[in-house]
Amino acid sequence: MTDYTLNCRGMQCPGPIMELFKQMKAAAPGDTAAISVTDMGFKKDIEVWCRKTKNTLVSLTEDAGVITAVVRKG
Amino acid sequence: MSEDKKTIVVFSGDLDKAMAAMIIASGAAAMGNEVTLFFTFWGLNLLRRPEPVSVKKNFLEAMFGWMMPLGARRATLSKLHMGGMGTAMMKYVMKTKNVATPEALLHDAMEMGVKFIACSMSMDVMGIKPEELIDGVEIGGVATYLGSADDANVNLFI
Repeated sequence: MTDYTLNCRGMQCPGPIMELFKQMKAAAPGDTAAISVTDMGFKKDIEVWCRKTKNTLVSLTEDAGVITAVVRKG
Repeated sequence: MSEDKKTIVVFSGDLDKAMAAMIIASGAAAMGNEVTLFFTFWGLNLLRRPEPVSVKKNFLEAMFGWMMPLGARRATLSKLHMGGMGTAMMKYVMKTKNVATPEALLHDAMEMGVKFIACSMSMDVMGIKPEELIDGVEIGGVATYLGSADDANVNLFI
């Protein structure tokens, strides 16, 4: 199991989900990626992204304008 | 990953509309969708190489070629262009807010596997030759588009 970290702060839509998509494509099932984003739309986007791509949203937190999501492949 | 498909007819060559089309296309690709963009009429200009390509054209084709923007980098706003001032201001604001340029969005979409189809009929009408288009663009007709659209669950005309 590998835990990836993606820093997508300052990136605008659709940058973060594109980065996450590429990372998850390269990852093995069970791997996780922690992605930090400052785009406010990401909070809603990530839930839909996980549902549509059949990945698991492990956690979603927000601190001082930074949204951090942990996503597990599969 | 989901197997959904999306198609977009990119009719407009306006900066703002092209950006909307590219963002939706890249976003859909990032959701695991197969995306096909069909570029027709003014939208074709987005696919032109930024530098002039020497090809044989008749007078009218040459005139068209000269009057229309060379590539996404030269696209202008559909509103508030104001002789270039509005577009320049918008580009400046977008740059400060870290929004990707239309040419970068186009490149990213292609890199994400979005398919780019240039409409052969519009190319002919506007005198745009295949050599003038950026790499990675296929040329097709309405049947190509309809074939993709039939299989897609979202179909936009921008």
